[in-house]
Amino acid sequence: MLPDLSRDEILRYSRHLLIPEVGLEGQKKLLASSVLVIGTGGLGSPVALYLAAAGVGRIGLVDFDVVDSSNLQRQVIHATSTVGVLKVESARDRLHDLNPDIQVDIYNEPFTSENAMRIARDYDLLIDGTDNFPTRYLVNDLCVLTGKPNVFGSIYRFEGQTSVFYAKEGPCYRCLFPEPPPPGLVPSCAEGGVLGVLPGTIGTIQATEAIKLLLGIGSSLIGRLLLYDALEMSFESIKLKKDPNCKVCGTHPEVTQLIDYAEFCGVPGLDHEEGSAGKNWDISVTELAARLRGGEKLRLIDVREPHELAISALPGEENFPLGQLASRLAELDSAQELVLFCKTGVRSTRALELLVSAGFRKVRNLQGGINAWAREVDPKLPIY
Amino acid sequence: MPMPVIRIPTPLRPYANGQTEVNVQGPTVADAMEALLTQYPAMRPHLTNADGQLRPFVNLFLGENNISDLQGLATPLKDTDRLMLIPSIAGGKEC
Repeated sequence: MLPDLSRDEILRYSRHLLIPEVGLEGQKKLLASSVLVIGTGGLGSPVALYLAAAGVGRIGLVDFDVVDSSNLQRQVIHATSTVGVLKVESARDRLHDLNPDIQVDIYNEPFTSENAMRIARDYDLLIDGTDNFPTRYLVNDLCVLTGKPNVFGSIYRFEGQTSVFYAKEGPCYRCLFPEPPPPGLVPSCAEGGVLGVLPGTIGTIQATEAIKLLLGIGSSLIGRLLLYDALEMSFESIKLKKDPNCKVCGTHPEVTQLIDYAEFCGVPGLDHEEGSAGKNWDISVTELAARLRGGEKLRLIDVREPHELAISALPGEENFPLGQLASRLAELDSAQELVLFCKTGVRSTRALELLVSAGFRKVRNLQGGINAWAREVDPKLPIY
Repeated sequence: MPMPVIRIPTPLRPYANGQTEVNVQGPTVADAMEALLTQYPAMRPHLTNADGQLRPFVNLFLGENNISDLQGLATPLKDTDRLMLIPSIAGGKEC
Protein backbone atom coordinates (compact mmCIF):
# COMPACT_ATOMS: atom_id res chain seq x y z
CA MET A 1 0.00 0.00 0.00
CA LEU A 2 1.40 3.35 -1.04
CA PRO A 3 1.01 6.19 1.48
CA ASP A 4 -1.96 8.52 1.12
CA LEU A 5 -1.56 12.08 -0.10
CA SER A 6 -1.62 14.92 2.41
CA ARG A 7 -4.03 17.87 2.03
CA ASP A 8 -1.18 19.97 0.65
CA GLU A 9 -0.23 17.27 -1.84
CA ILE A 10 -3.83 16.89 -3.02
CA LEU A 11 -3.87 20.60 -3.79
CA ARG A 12 -0.41 20.65 -5.37
CA TYR A 13 -1.12 17.74 -7.69
CA SER A 14 -4.83 18.46 -8.26
CA ARG A 15 -4.39 18.86 -12.04
CA HIS A 16 -2.96 15.35 -12.16
CA LEU A 17 -5.68 13.96 -9.92
CA LEU A 18 -8.27 15.24 -12.40
CA ILE A 19 -6.84 13.09 -15.20
CA PRO A 20 -8.25 9.55 -15.00
CA GLU A 21 -4.98 8.09 -16.43
CA VAL A 22 -3.10 9.52 -13.45
CA GLY A 23 -5.53 10.06 -10.58
CA LEU A 24 -4.77 9.45 -6.93
CA GLU A 25 -3.21 6.04 -7.54
CA GLY A 26 -0.97 7.37 -10.33
CA GLN A 27 0.18 10.30 -8.23
CA LYS A 28 1.04 7.94 -5.39
CA LYS A 29 3.07 5.89 -7.86
CA LEU A 30 5.00 8.98 -8.97
CA LEU A 31 5.71 9.96 -5.38
CA ALA A 32 7.05 6.45 -4.72
CA SER A 33 9.23 6.38 -7.85
CA SER A 34 12.81 7.41 -8.53
CA VAL A 35 14.66 8.71 -11.58
CA LEU A 36 18.39 9.26 -12.13
CA VAL A 37 19.14 12.21 -14.42
CA ILE A 38 22.63 11.97 -15.90
CA GLY A 39 23.76 15.46 -16.83
CA THR A 40 22.19 18.68 -15.55
CA GLY A 41 22.77 20.62 -18.76
CA GLY A 42 20.48 21.48 -21.67
CA LEU A 43 18.52 18.21 -21.55
CA GLY A 44 18.76 17.52 -17.82
CA SER A 45 17.38 20.99 -16.96
CA PRO A 46 13.83 20.59 -18.30
CA VAL A 47 13.76 16.89 -17.44
CA ALA A 48 14.58 17.48 -13.78
CA LEU A 49 12.28 20.51 -13.49
CA TYR A 50 9.26 18.66 -14.90
CA LEU A 51 9.91 15.48 -12.92
CA ALA A 52 10.16 17.50 -9.72
CA ALA A 53 7.03 19.46 -10.56
CA ALA A 54 5.19 16.21 -11.30
CA GLY A 55 6.09 14.87 -7.88
CA VAL A 56 8.56 12.13 -8.77
CA GLY A 57 9.53 11.31 -5.20
CA ARG A 58 13.24 10.87 -5.58
CA ILE A 59 15.45 12.47 -8.22
CA GLY A 60 19.19 11.81 -8.55
CA LEU A 61 21.38 14.34 -10.36
CA VAL A 62 24.82 13.46 -11.76
CA ASP A 63 27.22 16.14 -13.00
CA PHE A 64 30.68 17.40 -12.12
CA ASP A 65 30.72 20.83 -13.71
CA VAL A 66 30.11 24.33 -12.39
CA VAL A 67 27.57 26.74 -13.84
CA ASP A 68 29.06 29.06 -16.48
CA SER A 69 27.30 32.05 -17.98
CA SER A 70 27.53 30.43 -21.43
CA ASN A 71 25.25 27.63 -20.10
CA LEU A 72 22.33 29.93 -19.36
CA GLN A 73 21.23 30.25 -23.01
CA ARG A 74 19.68 26.75 -22.65
CA GLN A 75 20.28 25.24 -19.18
CA VAL A 76 17.19 26.75 -17.61
CA ILE A 77 17.50 25.01 -14.22
CA HIS A 78 20.49 27.25 -13.43
CA ALA A 79 20.51 31.00 -13.02
CA THR A 80 22.73 34.06 -13.19
CA SER A 81 22.80 33.95 -9.39
CA THR A 82 24.34 30.42 -9.47
CA VAL A 83 27.16 31.08 -11.95
CA GLY A 84 30.26 29.50 -10.40
CA VAL A 85 28.21 27.12 -8.23
CA LEU A 86 28.37 23.32 -8.68
CA LYS A 87 25.71 22.36 -11.22
CA VAL A 88 24.28 19.60 -9.01
CA GLU A 89 23.91 22.05 -6.11
CA SER A 90 22.46 24.79 -8.29
CA ALA A 91 19.97 22.27 -9.74
CA ARG A 92 19.07 20.72 -6.37
CA ASP A 93 18.30 24.12 -4.85
CA ARG A 94 16.09 25.04 -7.82
CA LEU A 95 14.21 21.73 -7.58
CA HIS A 96 13.65 22.15 -3.84
CA ASP A 97 12.37 25.65 -4.46
CA LEU A 98 9.92 24.21 -6.98
CA ASN A 99 8.91 21.22 -4.86
CA PRO A 100 10.25 20.99 -1.29
CA ASP A 101 8.55 17.63 -0.65
CA ILE A 102 10.68 15.51 -2.97
CA GLN A 103 14.09 14.00 -2.22
CA VAL A 104 16.97 15.17 -4.42
CA ASP A 105 20.24 13.23 -4.22
CA ILE A 106 23.28 14.74 -5.88
CA TYR A 107 26.41 13.06 -7.25
CA ASN A 108 29.14 15.60 -7.96
CA GLU A 109 31.30 13.25 -9.99
CA PRO A 110 31.76 12.08 -13.58
CA PHE A 111 29.55 9.07 -14.37
CA THR A 112 32.00 6.23 -14.97
CA SER A 113 32.20 2.44 -15.16
CA GLU A 114 33.55 2.50 -11.61
CA ASN A 115 30.69 4.38 -9.93
CA ALA A 116 27.73 3.87 -12.32
CA MET A 117 26.40 0.64 -10.77
CA ARG A 118 26.58 2.11 -7.27
CA ILE A 119 24.92 5.41 -8.22
CA ALA A 120 22.15 3.90 -10.38
CA ARG A 121 21.33 0.90 -8.19
CA ASP A 122 18.20 2.18 -6.47
CA TYR A 123 16.62 4.14 -9.32
CA ASP A 124 13.66 2.95 -11.40
CA LEU A 125 14.84 4.50 -14.65
CA LEU A 126 17.65 6.57 -16.10
CA ILE A 127 17.60 9.71 -18.22
CA ASP A 128 20.44 10.11 -20.70
CA GLY A 129 21.05 13.86 -20.78
CA THR A 130 24.76 13.62 -21.53
CA ASP A 131 26.79 15.33 -24.21
CA ASN A 132 29.34 12.70 -25.22
CA PHE A 133 29.54 9.22 -26.71
CA PRO A 134 31.42 7.39 -23.90
CA THR A 135 28.77 8.28 -21.31
CA ARG A 136 25.94 7.44 -23.74
CA TYR A 137 27.30 3.92 -24.28
CA LEU A 138 27.90 3.58 -20.54
CA VAL A 139 24.30 4.57 -19.73
CA ASN A 140 23.00 2.18 -22.40
CA ASP A 141 25.02 -0.81 -21.26
CA LEU A 142 24.26 -0.13 -17.61
CA CYS A 143 20.52 -0.06 -18.35
CA VAL A 144 20.69 -3.28 -20.39
CA LEU A 145 22.72 -5.08 -17.71
CA THR A 146 20.47 -3.92 -14.85
CA GLY A 147 17.15 -4.16 -16.72
CA LYS A 148 16.21 -0.48 -16.42
CA PRO A 149 14.70 1.78 -19.11
CA ASN A 150 17.00 4.41 -20.64
CA VAL A 151 15.13 7.53 -21.73
CA PHE A 152 17.41 8.89 -24.42
CA GLY A 153 17.73 12.36 -25.89
CA SER A 154 20.37 13.88 -28.12
CA ILE A 155 20.66 17.24 -29.83
CA TYR A 156 22.63 18.99 -32.52
CA ARG A 157 22.05 22.59 -33.63
CA PHE A 158 18.40 22.43 -34.77
CA GLU A 159 17.90 18.66 -34.68
CA GLY A 160 17.03 16.29 -31.90
CA GLN A 161 16.62 12.54 -31.49
CA THR A 162 14.74 10.88 -28.65
CA SER A 163 13.74 7.32 -27.80
CA VAL A 164 13.29 4.87 -24.95
CA PHE A 165 15.85 2.10 -25.00
CA TYR A 166 14.54 -0.74 -22.86
CA ALA A 167 16.16 -4.04 -23.76
CA LYS A 168 13.53 -6.10 -21.91
CA GLU A 169 10.90 -4.88 -24.36
CA GLY A 170 12.76 -3.56 -27.40
CA PRO A 171 16.04 -2.45 -28.92
CA CYS A 172 18.89 -0.71 -27.12
CA TYR A 173 21.11 2.17 -28.29
CA ARG A 174 23.72 -0.28 -29.59
CA CYS A 175 21.11 -2.04 -31.76
CA LEU A 176 20.82 1.24 -33.68
CA PHE A 177 24.42 2.43 -33.38
CA PRO A 178 26.73 -0.55 -32.70
CA GLU A 179 29.76 1.75 -32.58
CA PRO A 180 30.37 5.48 -32.14
CA PRO A 181 32.04 7.48 -34.87
CA PRO A 182 35.81 7.74 -34.46
CA PRO A 183 36.67 11.14 -32.92
CA GLY A 184 38.15 12.46 -36.18
CA LEU A 185 34.86 11.88 -37.95
CA VAL A 186 32.57 13.50 -35.40
CA PRO A 187 31.25 16.43 -37.34
CA SER A 188 29.76 18.12 -34.29
CA CYS A 189 33.06 19.83 -33.54
CA ALA A 190 33.16 21.42 -36.97
CA GLU A 191 30.13 23.55 -36.28
CA GLY A 192 29.10 23.06 -32.66
CA GLY A 193 26.39 25.16 -31.19
CA VAL A 194 22.78 24.45 -30.42
CA LEU A 195 19.55 26.42 -30.57
CA GLY A 196 18.90 27.16 -26.90
CA VAL A 197 15.27 26.03 -26.93
CA LEU A 198 16.03 22.72 -28.72
CA PRO A 199 17.07 20.79 -25.58
CA GLY A 200 13.92 22.21 -23.99
CA THR A 201 11.79 20.43 -26.60
CA ILE A 202 13.72 17.17 -26.49
CA GLY A 203 14.13 17.18 -22.69
CA THR A 204 10.42 17.79 -22.23
CA ILE A 205 9.68 14.75 -24.40
CA GLN A 206 12.12 12.73 -22.28
CA ALA A 207 10.31 13.85 -19.11
CA THR A 208 6.98 12.90 -20.71
CA GLU A 209 8.24 9.44 -21.57
CA ALA A 210 9.70 8.94 -18.09
CA ILE A 211 6.41 9.89 -16.40
CA LYS A 212 4.41 7.60 -18.74
CA LEU A 213 6.76 4.69 -17.99
CA LEU A 214 6.51 5.30 -14.23
CA LEU A 215 2.71 5.42 -14.47
CA GLY A 216 2.52 2.53 -16.94
CA ILE A 217 0.27 4.46 -19.35
CA GLY A 218 0.17 5.19 -23.07
CA SER A 219 2.46 4.04 -25.89
CA SER A 220 6.09 4.74 -25.21
CA LEU A 221 8.94 5.42 -27.63
CA ILE A 222 10.25 1.87 -27.10
CA GLY A 223 11.10 0.61 -30.61
CA ARG A 224 10.80 4.07 -32.15
CA LEU A 225 13.19 6.96 -32.65
CA LEU A 226 11.53 10.36 -32.79
CA LEU A 227 13.38 12.88 -34.95
CA TYR A 228 12.70 16.57 -34.47
CA ASP A 229 13.81 19.31 -36.83
CA ALA A 230 13.20 22.73 -35.31
CA LEU A 231 14.00 24.64 -38.52
CA GLU A 232 11.49 22.64 -40.57
CA MET A 233 9.26 22.25 -37.50
CA SER A 234 8.79 18.59 -38.31
CA PHE A 235 8.60 15.43 -36.23
CA GLU A 236 9.25 12.05 -37.82
CA SER A 237 9.05 8.68 -36.13
CA ILE A 238 11.07 5.75 -37.43
CA LYS A 239 10.93 2.10 -36.39
CA LEU A 240 13.79 0.52 -34.47
CA LYS A 241 14.25 -3.22 -34.24
CA LYS A 242 16.17 -5.27 -31.75
CA ASP A 243 19.39 -6.57 -33.30
CA PRO A 244 19.81 -10.27 -32.41
CA ASN A 245 23.56 -9.76 -32.93
CA CYS A 246 23.72 -6.76 -30.58
CA LYS A 247 26.86 -7.03 -28.45
CA VAL A 248 25.07 -6.12 -25.24
CA CYS A 249 21.37 -7.08 -25.61
CA GLY A 250 21.58 -9.70 -28.40
CA THR A 251 21.19 -13.45 -28.04
CA HIS A 252 24.93 -14.00 -27.46
CA PRO A 253 26.14 -10.84 -25.72
CA GLU A 254 29.86 -10.09 -25.59
CA VAL A 255 29.50 -7.18 -23.19
CA THR A 256 28.44 -8.70 -19.86
CA GLN A 257 29.87 -6.03 -17.59
CA LEU A 258 30.73 -2.36 -17.92
CA ILE A 259 33.83 -1.68 -20.03
CA ASP A 260 36.27 1.19 -20.60
CA TYR A 261 34.05 3.53 -22.61
CA ALA A 262 36.70 6.14 -23.30
CA GLU A 263 38.76 3.45 -24.98
CA PHE A 264 35.70 2.01 -26.78
CA CYS A 265 34.95 5.44 -28.22
CA GLY A 266 38.58 6.14 -29.09
CA VAL A 267 38.64 9.19 -26.87
CA PRO A 268 42.15 10.05 -25.71
CA GLY A 269 42.83 9.35 -22.05
CA LEU A 270 43.00 12.07 -19.46
CA ASP A 271 46.77 12.42 -19.95
CA HIS A 272 46.13 13.71 -23.48
CA GLU A 273 45.12 17.31 -23.19
CA GLU A 274 42.20 18.23 -25.42
CA GLY A 275 43.13 20.72 -28.10
CA SER A 276 46.80 19.77 -28.13
CA ALA A 277 48.54 17.98 -31.01
CA GLY A 278 51.55 17.04 -28.84
CA LYS A 279 54.57 19.14 -28.04
CA ASN A 280 56.33 18.69 -31.40
CA TRP A 281 53.33 20.07 -33.25
CA ASP A 282 51.95 22.70 -30.86
CA ILE A 283 52.80 26.38 -30.79
CA SER A 284 51.73 28.49 -27.81
CA VAL A 285 49.95 31.80 -28.30
CA THR A 286 52.85 33.70 -26.67
CA GLU A 287 55.42 32.06 -28.98
CA LEU A 288 53.27 32.85 -32.03
CA ALA A 289 52.86 36.45 -30.89
CA ALA A 290 56.65 36.82 -30.45
CA ARG A 291 57.40 35.35 -33.88
CA LEU A 292 54.84 37.58 -35.60
CA ARG A 293 56.26 40.62 -33.79
CA GLY A 294 59.68 39.55 -35.08
CA GLY A 295 58.34 39.89 -38.62
CA GLU A 296 58.26 36.20 -39.52
CA LYS A 297 56.08 35.25 -42.46
CA LEU A 298 53.70 32.61 -41.12
CA ARG A 299 50.42 31.70 -42.80
CA LEU A 300 47.63 31.75 -40.24
CA ILE A 301 45.06 29.14 -41.26
CA ASP A 302 41.72 29.49 -39.47
CA VAL A 303 39.79 26.21 -39.72
CA ARG A 304 36.62 27.55 -38.06
CA GLU A 305 33.33 28.08 -39.86
CA PRO A 306 32.97 31.43 -41.71
CA HIS A 307 30.32 32.81 -39.30
CA GLU A 308 32.73 32.40 -36.37
CA LEU A 309 35.09 34.97 -37.93
CA ALA A 310 32.51 37.62 -37.14
CA ILE A 311 33.05 36.87 -33.43
CA SER A 312 36.84 37.01 -33.43
CA ALA A 313 39.67 36.80 -35.97
CA LEU A 314 43.44 37.24 -36.20
CA PRO A 315 44.93 39.90 -38.54
CA GLY A 316 46.03 38.41 -41.86
CA GLU A 317 44.37 35.05 -41.26
CA GLU A 318 42.99 32.85 -44.03
CA ASN A 319 39.78 30.84 -43.59
CA PHE A 320 39.82 27.15 -44.52
CA PRO A 321 36.78 25.59 -42.75
CA LEU A 322 37.73 22.08 -41.57
CA GLY A 323 35.08 20.48 -43.80
CA GLN A 324 36.63 22.11 -46.90
CA LEU A 325 40.28 21.58 -46.03
CA ALA A 326 40.70 18.21 -47.77
CA SER A 327 39.43 19.63 -51.05
CA ARG A 328 41.48 22.86 -50.84
CA LEU A 329 44.96 21.43 -50.21
CA ALA A 330 46.14 22.88 -53.54
CA GLU A 331 45.80 26.37 -52.03
CA LEU A 332 48.37 25.51 -49.37
CA ASP A 333 52.14 25.32 -49.91
CA SER A 334 53.91 22.60 -47.91
CA ALA A 335 57.16 24.60 -48.11
CA GLN A 336 55.66 27.46 -46.10
CA GLU A 337 55.15 27.29 -42.36
CA LEU A 338 51.46 27.06 -41.52
CA VAL A 339 49.89 27.79 -38.14
CA LEU A 340 46.47 26.15 -37.81
CA PHE A 341 43.96 27.46 -35.34
CA CYS A 342 40.30 27.24 -34.33
CA LYS A 343 38.32 28.20 -31.24
CA THR A 344 40.08 26.01 -28.65
CA GLY A 345 42.53 23.81 -30.60
CA VAL A 346 40.38 20.72 -31.11
CA ARG A 347 39.44 21.23 -34.75
CA SER A 348 42.91 22.55 -35.62
CA THR A 349 44.40 19.34 -34.16
CA ARG A 350 42.23 17.37 -36.58
CA ALA A 351 43.25 19.71 -39.41
CA LEU A 352 46.89 19.15 -38.51
CA GLU A 353 46.44 15.37 -38.63
CA LEU A 354 44.84 15.73 -42.05
CA LEU A 355 47.69 17.90 -43.38
CA VAL A 356 50.41 15.68 -41.92
CA SER A 357 48.82 12.62 -43.51
CA ALA A 358 48.83 14.57 -46.80
CA GLY A 359 52.59 15.09 -46.50
CA PHE A 360 52.77 18.51 -44.84
CA ARG A 361 55.51 18.81 -42.21
CA LYS A 362 55.87 22.56 -41.53
CA VAL A 363 52.55 22.84 -39.71
CA ARG A 364 51.81 23.89 -36.16
CA ASN A 365 48.68 23.75 -34.02
CA LEU A 366 47.90 26.91 -32.06
CA GLN A 367 47.40 25.47 -28.59
CA GLY A 368 44.19 26.66 -26.95
CA GLY A 369 43.01 28.34 -30.17
CA ILE A 370 41.88 31.91 -30.64
CA ASN A 371 40.27 31.85 -27.18
CA ALA A 372 43.76 31.38 -25.65
CA TRP A 373 45.01 34.24 -27.85
CA ALA A 374 42.19 36.41 -26.48
CA ARG A 375 43.07 35.46 -22.91
CA GLU A 376 46.84 35.84 -23.09
CA VAL A 377 47.75 38.10 -26.02
CA ASP A 378 44.89 40.33 -27.09
CA PRO A 379 42.33 40.98 -24.30
CA LYS A 380 40.28 43.13 -26.68
CA LEU A 381 39.17 39.96 -28.50
CA PRO A 382 36.04 38.31 -27.06
CA ILE A 383 36.12 34.75 -25.67
CA TYR A 384 33.22 32.55 -26.80
CA MET B 1 9.85 14.39 -63.07
CA PRO B 2 9.84 13.07 -59.50
CA MET B 3 13.03 11.48 -58.26
CA PRO B 4 13.94 9.75 -55.02
CA VAL B 5 15.48 12.12 -52.48
CA ILE B 6 17.90 11.62 -49.59
CA ARG B 7 17.54 13.80 -46.53
CA ILE B 8 20.90 15.04 -45.29
CA PRO B 9 21.09 15.50 -41.50
CA THR B 10 22.53 18.75 -40.16
CA PRO B 11 25.96 17.35 -39.14
CA LEU B 12 26.61 16.14 -42.70
CA ARG B 13 25.35 19.21 -44.54
CA PRO B 14 28.77 20.91 -44.64
CA TYR B 15 29.90 18.03 -46.86
CA ALA B 16 26.88 18.41 -49.17
CA ASN B 17 27.14 22.09 -49.93
CA GLY B 18 24.58 22.85 -47.20
CA GLN B 19 21.79 20.91 -48.93
CA THR B 20 18.98 19.50 -46.76
CA GLU B 21 17.78 17.10 -49.43
CA VAL B 22 19.52 15.77 -52.51
CA ASN B 23 17.81 14.26 -55.57
CA VAL B 24 19.23 10.88 -56.51
CA GLN B 25 18.68 8.21 -59.16
CA GLY B 26 17.49 4.65 -58.39
CA PRO B 27 16.76 1.89 -59.15
CA THR B 28 18.18 0.67 -55.83
CA VAL B 29 19.32 2.22 -52.55
CA ALA B 30 22.93 1.37 -53.52
CA ASP B 31 22.56 3.40 -56.75
CA ALA B 32 21.04 6.30 -54.84
CA MET B 33 23.92 6.30 -52.36
CA GLU B 34 26.47 6.16 -55.17
CA ALA B 35 24.74 9.09 -56.86
CA LEU B 36 24.95 11.06 -53.62
CA LEU B 37 28.61 10.22 -53.01
CA THR B 38 29.60 10.96 -56.62
CA GLN B 39 27.97 14.36 -56.33
CA TYR B 40 29.50 15.04 -52.86
CA PRO B 41 32.68 12.95 -52.53
CA ALA B 42 33.63 14.64 -49.23
CA MET B 43 30.75 12.73 -47.61
CA ARG B 44 32.16 9.32 -48.47
CA PRO B 45 34.46 8.79 -45.46
CA HIS B 46 31.62 9.83 -43.14
CA LEU B 47 29.13 7.34 -44.58
CA THR B 48 30.84 4.25 -45.95
CA ASN B 49 33.85 2.11 -45.14
CA ALA B 50 36.43 0.79 -47.61
CA ASP B 51 34.13 -1.94 -49.00
CA GLY B 52 31.20 0.39 -49.53
CA GLN B 53 29.14 -0.69 -46.51
CA LEU B 54 27.43 1.87 -44.32
CA ARG B 55 29.48 2.73 -41.26
CA PRO B 56 28.15 1.46 -37.90
CA PHE B 57 27.30 4.96 -36.67
CA VAL B 58 25.08 5.84 -39.64
CA ASN B 59 21.70 4.36 -40.50
CA LEU B 60 19.75 4.71 -43.70
CA PHE B 61 15.98 4.66 -43.48
CA LEU B 62 13.46 4.32 -46.28
CA GLY B 63 10.31 5.89 -44.92
CA GLU B 64 10.08 4.62 -41.34
CA ASN B 65 12.07 1.44 -41.95
CA ASN B 66 15.78 0.80 -41.63
CA ILE B 67 17.05 -0.50 -44.99
CA SER B 68 18.77 -3.28 -43.02
CA ASP B 69 15.25 -4.52 -42.16
CA LEU B 70 14.33 -4.38 -45.87
CA GLN B 71 16.74 -5.65 -48.54
CA GLY B 72 19.72 -3.56 -47.45
CA LEU B 73 21.49 -1.65 -50.21
CA ALA B 74 19.66 -3.82 -52.79
CA THR B 75 16.28 -2.40 -51.72
CA PRO B 76 14.48 -1.10 -54.84
CA LEU B 77 13.47 2.57 -54.92
CA LYS B 78 10.40 4.25 -56.36
CA ASP B 79 10.58 7.78 -57.79
CA THR B 80 8.53 9.11 -54.88
CA ASP B 81 10.67 7.49 -52.16
CA ARG B 82 12.47 9.48 -49.49
CA LEU B 83 15.60 8.15 -47.83
CA MET B 84 16.85 9.52 -44.52
CA LEU B 85 20.39 9.34 -43.21
CA ILE B 86 20.35 9.01 -39.42
CA PRO B 87 23.76 9.62 -37.83
CA SER B 88 24.54 9.19 -34.16
CA ILE B 89 24.87 12.56 -32.46
CA ALA B 90 26.35 12.94 -29.01
CA GLY B 91 25.24 16.41 -27.99
CA GLY B 92 26.74 19.69 -27.12
CA LYS B 93 30.25 18.68 -26.00
CA GLU B 94 32.09 21.86 -26.75
CA CYS B 95 35.23 22.06 -28.79
